[in-house]
Amino acid sequence: MSTLERDPRESMVQVLDEDGSVVGDVPDVGDDELVEMYHNMKLARHFDTRAVSLQRQGRMGTYPPLSGQEGAQVGSAMALAEGDWTIPSYREHAANLVRGMGLERTLRYWMGDERGNSPPEGVNVFTAAVPIASQIPHATGMAWADKLKHGGDPENAYICYFGDGATSEGDFHEGLNFAGVFDTPNVFFCNNNQWAISVPRERQTASETLAQKAVAYGFEGVRVDGMDPLAVYSVTSDALEKAKSPGEGERRPTLVEAVQYRYGAHTTADDPSVYRTDEEVERWKAKDPIPRLEAFLRNQGLLDDERVDAIEEAVEEEVAAAIEEAESTARPDPSTMFEHVFEEAPPDLAEQAEEFAAIREKYGDEAFLEE
Amino acid sequence: MSTQESEATQNLTLVQSVRDALATEMERDDDVLVMGEDVGKNGGVFRATEGLWKEFGEDRVIDTPLAESGIIGTAVGMAAMGLKPVPEIQFSGFMYPGFDQIVSHMARLRTRSRSRFTLPMVLRAPYGGGIRAPEHHSESKEAFYAHEAGLKVVIPSTPYDTKGLLTSAIRDPDPVVFLEPKLIYRAFRGDVPEGDYEVPIGEASVRREGSDVSVFTYGAMTRPSLEAAEELAEEGVDAEVVDLRTVSPMDREAIVESFKKTGRACVVHEAPKTGGLAGEITATLQEEALLYQEAPIQRVTGYDVPYPLYAMEDYYMPNAARVAEGIKDAVEF
Repeated sequence: MSTLERDPRESMVQVLDEDGSVVGDVPDVGDDELVEMYHNMKLARHFDTRAVSLQRQGRMGTYPPLSGQEGAQVGSAMALAEGDWTIPSYREHAANLVRGMGLERTLRYWMGDERGNSPPEGVNVFTAAVPIASQIPHATGMAWADKLKHGGDPENAYICYFGDGATSEGDFHEGLNFAGVFDTPNVFFCNNNQWAISVPRERQTASETLAQKAVAYGFEGVRVDGMDPLAVYSVTSDALEKAKSPGEGERRPTLVEAVQYRYGAHTTADDPSVYRTDEEVERWKAKDPIPRLEAFLRNQGLLDDERVDAIEEAVEEEVAAAIEEAESTARPDPSTMFEHVFEEAPPDLAEQAEEFAAIREKYGDEAFLEE
Repeated sequence: MSTQESEATQNLTLVQSVRDALATEMERDDDVLVMGEDVGKNGGVFRATEGLWKEFGEDRVIDTPLAESGIIGTAVGMAAMGLKPVPEIQFSGFMYPGFDQIVSHMARLRTRSRSRFTLPMVLRAPYGGGIRAPEHHSESKEAFYAHEAGLKVVIPSTPYDTKGLLTSAIRDPDPVVFLEPKLIYRAFRGDVPEGDYEVPIGEASVRREGSDVSVFTYGAMTRPSLEAAEELAEEGVDAEVVDLRTVSPMDREAIVESFKKTGRACVVHEAPKTGGLAGEITATLQEEALLYQEAPIQRVTGYDVPYPLYAMEDYYMPNAARVAEGIKDAVEF
């Protein structure tokens, strides 16, 4: 049976069933935080819908949608302590927003303004990495630096996100291998969304699961239902705790395989109808993380129609405000292109900056800008 | 330049001065650490890190798994968190598995993050040919790295410069690729101050003054260039030899200044001709000093062939005879 046909509940941590009923141990999350989790997931879904629409309207460049992955992103990010670090791929808009990256920054990055990829000071999010798996060794190095700076007793944990395709790359192996050898405080969070653009998970590896790859690096691998935010929260919390204070004989790193599905295209430049069926998409949509958590919260008495409506309204306002802010931000001054290459521009580069300023002055920006 | 001119000096080989620079900076700054394959207990295959492991411990002189992308990629993460890693790749011919990390991240993180994250790291590798090494151990691919905006590329040619330039590289807030010409790791000795000093990155050095023709070179090719200049002096040709020391950013001012004086140039490097830095120097002279030009600019370089196995390498590498021919072509035009 192929991975896609297999029941994803097989050997996976799960807290909520597909109808939202409790089938596992509910993690210790406060009521307000549970509602916030729901709010963040709704916010991410609405943001995603609007971002795709902005791209279609020509108001934004290529964009990688996240719908279907809200449970994995929000559930894991909410488990982090303030000082912990997130090392994202390019699809972690929801995880990043939980960590304090404003949605307007994410929009600006995909609108071609690199300032959007500069997390504000004090927000412990690393820059988005587009080359596949290349951020994994960075995460290991960051965690390793923490350990080295603090006499072997790291202060924070470092969660690195990547997809199933990334597990085929050398950097996945090298990053996890270093983490195992140097016992660094890392959580490697694989968003197994079944497809690396058009290539299915079975074409990435002959391994039965991705989590089992951890065995090769000498640490623990865990498989979790990535569309069950409470299960993801629970598994990530345990992994973060182990990263910072491992038990006797335990290694700090963990590889988490969050089994889930990317509902939309890989990016807005991709057409998934070429490589997968509607039936498959519908089957996975039945596992949608948002109604699952909503049903649970309604059963707990934490949500009712009125509160759901209020959240929906708030979410629409938040996204509209982020779009307004991103679109009303002036384009970056083109001279800043030269300002972030080195701390101090070498003479050649300074000369090129002057040349550029002179030609811009002479012809005006309208001569350069495409309309 | 030298901050402690009066201090005692030691007579060191180039590779010993690499070690001396690392030890001096590690002593001075706890954030500096060395990492790579065999750099620890073994002291590096060329002994560039000899004794450092004993002196500074395994947390600062780190033997890593054999994985170039892993070494460079984790160093990127460490540097982003404020450490000053000096990763070593055992031979520059093995840098390619880490090339993505070098060009996609090491060179670009400052730009990508609008300076929120910066990388004070130095990627070291022994480079170049002439030591009878096996396949893929002799490449001279500095043009790859010089072509990548966001990297500084340094290639020393003397023990004194090696320590001063490596010290500057470690203190530089931005990433530096430091290529060590292994042909001259032990070819000669030179006086090296015991204390710390800097040789600024981006400044060329005139190794021999002359008035008839300028020879522009760097690294291991500085010696055959000087040798050729001395030989030709006996024939009445007075060649100036300019050692670039840094190939990116290149000291265009020094290059142009020397050319304006002589009006003739011969550029020497062991890297292949096509796309090599000799083309860059030639173009600079066309842009900046065309009217001073008295003769076509000569390029004496390696050939456009994969670096040959060592039975043929003496024919591949420019030597004093080939440099002398290039100089004569420039002078006799």
